[in-house]
Amino acid sequence: MVPLGGGGGLMRADSLTATIDGLDETLAAVDAFDLALEAGLLRPRPDRAEGLTGLAHAVAGTPLAARVAEAAGKAVAGAATEDHFLALAAARAALLGSAHDALTARVEEATGRPRGEESAPAHGERQAANLHTAARSWLCDLARRGWRGIDHDVVAGAARIVSAMLADPALRRPATLLDGFAAELAASCPGASLARVPARRWADLWTRAMLLTLPGASGTPTAETATGRLLPLGVDLQEHATAVQAQVHAVFEPADGSAPRLVRASVSAPKPDTVVGAGLWQLLRPHMSLLTALGEGRSMDLADMPLAGGDLIWSDEHARPGEPADPFATARVALATAADPATAPLDRHPARIAVPVFLEGYTVRKDDGALTFTVAGHPLAVDADRVPAAGPLTPQAIAGSAACIGLLRWDAGAYRVQPLAVETIVRKKAVAVHAGAWAGGTADKAGVRAEKAATDALAALRERAGRLLRK
Amino acid sequence: MSDWERSSTARVTAPARPRKLAKVPFVELADGRLQGVVSSGSDIGRVYVSSVAAGSYTFACSTNNNRPCGGARGAFCNHIRALIGEAVLQYGAERVARCLKAETEAAAPDGEPTAQSITAVMSAARPPQGDTAAAAPVFSRFLRHLAYLELAPSTEPLPEMQWFPSAGAAA
Repeated sequence: MVPLGGGGGLMRADSLTATIDGLDETLAAVDAFDLALEAGLLRPRPDRAEGLTGLAHAVAGTPLAARVAEAAGKAVAGAATEDHFLALAAARAALLGSAHDALTARVEEATGRPRGEESAPAHGERQAANLHTAARSWLCDLARRGWRGIDHDVVAGAARIVSAMLADPALRRPATLLDGFAAELAASCPGASLARVPARRWADLWTRAMLLTLPGASGTPTAETATGRLLPLGVDLQEHATAVQAQVHAVFEPADGSAPRLVRASVSAPKPDTVVGAGLWQLLRPHMSLLTALGEGRSMDLADMPLAGGDLIWSDEHARPGEPADPFATARVALATAADPATAPLDRHPARIAVPVFLEGYTVRKDDGALTFTVAGHPLAVDADRVPAAGPLTPQAIAGSAACIGLLRWDAGAYRVQPLAVETIVRKKAVAVHAGAWAGGTADKAGVRAEKAATDALAALRERAGRLLRK
Repeated sequence: MSDWERSSTARVTAPARPRKLAKVPFVELADGRLQGVVSSGSDIGRVYVSSVAAGSYTFACSTNNNRPCGGARGAFCNHIRALIGEAVLQYGAERVARCLKAETEAAAPDGEPTAQSITAVMSAARPPQGDTAAAAPVFSRFLRHLAYLELAPSTEPLPEMQWFPSAGAAA
């Protein structure tokens, strides 16, 4: 048995398997609404009345109650306007926000770590009312059609909105979301012939996009500044066809001696869909020296780096490479006492949970290619799918591992861990394998080949762009 | 509802597979067609816009200045053959065959579809040559695609990307 809690940053897995009061009921209300959205709300839907009014009942004790009850009634009658759709989106977001809070409370019990303070709410965002209105109108069209009713014409309506939003860096958040969402819908047209619909996922994306069209929704929280030592734990890579984001998770030790905290540093870029694998690191690498430090196993020294909630707003001029720092030493020693940042109110959603954890002394089970760690007698699913292609961390390495730095997540009814790095025993020696080992470049043979292919692909596109774009 | 239907991060589309881009810089399965842009072998300033329609296999090929392709007379030209080959590399043969409604099982009952079998099945159907009306929109989509390279990266967090996990190990 592994000692529970306390020393070494280990995790109490029992907290993650206990039932959570009200969670099933909350998610059932979300599911019923999602099925209504799948069917579409253009015409009266007496068959979906239960799902729509169920959503209203679920928020009956909140300040949203009256508006959502009215909106649900209008939607059942096939007469919902944009304001009604917004109210329904707000209710769905509120329910998943409460699910997030309950799930996060269990994660806090499991890690035993302190919670950080809430940061000041966002403000001061510049408006782009016309584009927001256009986006909302497209999203309401989708809701009326339902996922079963989408076709190429309605989905194509997003293209000009996305193009206009991408041109404005302040609108990168809604632009990136709408771009990825629309591409997915386009690949799934016509909706009538879909064998199955990712109902939760598309309702999530729709809800977020609706809320991001509201004034102030995508502003960043008020920034403080961070001065001190940054100890990287690992990197999480996210991508859709035309965007990529790398998020480095790290322990920040303030120079003033105040309590250490967990932070993230993000870098993202729009991209052509043919830039993949090592090409993603190549796009991002020049804009965040932290990726190189991570690859080299170094800490970084920060001076007055902007910090908004748990997010460093990275700028290379506020950072310089520090001493070597082994992420496993950080996980064993520093992780247990670092405070988790509070999540911004609008970001409260189970899919947003990504909490660094350190696991050791587990056994690994493999069924049909799916990996499960058994931690102190409790099963924890392993999300090996999320490990980026351009890196040395493979499902085999994870299966043979004895220790793991990962992100604790929750999806489709269960907690799971996404490995960021593992320690395996090779010839009686512990060897660390990091998902982000190639983030800053690599001398690994397979890595060099991937880098070369990606360099050629990017060069070919840049050559074509140089010749054809400015004519 | 299944776990997949109740997953916020359910995989809907597979990411593009890496391929060389010098010859065929742009391929897409869209608007009921396989379409894309093929670089001219002789003139670095010229590209061909090529397409094949799903089901009918109606094909078209012309330059970005709307001059007809000399090779695409009555049958697929080499640009279209290259386009099919690269589409198979990028999306996988199964997805390309499904999108084009090219039933390769009839030709090779046991075999998985390949670029060759997809091309052969469509050629054998003696497809009609279509007009080049789609060339301009496809070319402008290609330019829009290239323009993504010109957009500045950002270090402001994008929380919505949590819904788009890297699909590396699954590919």
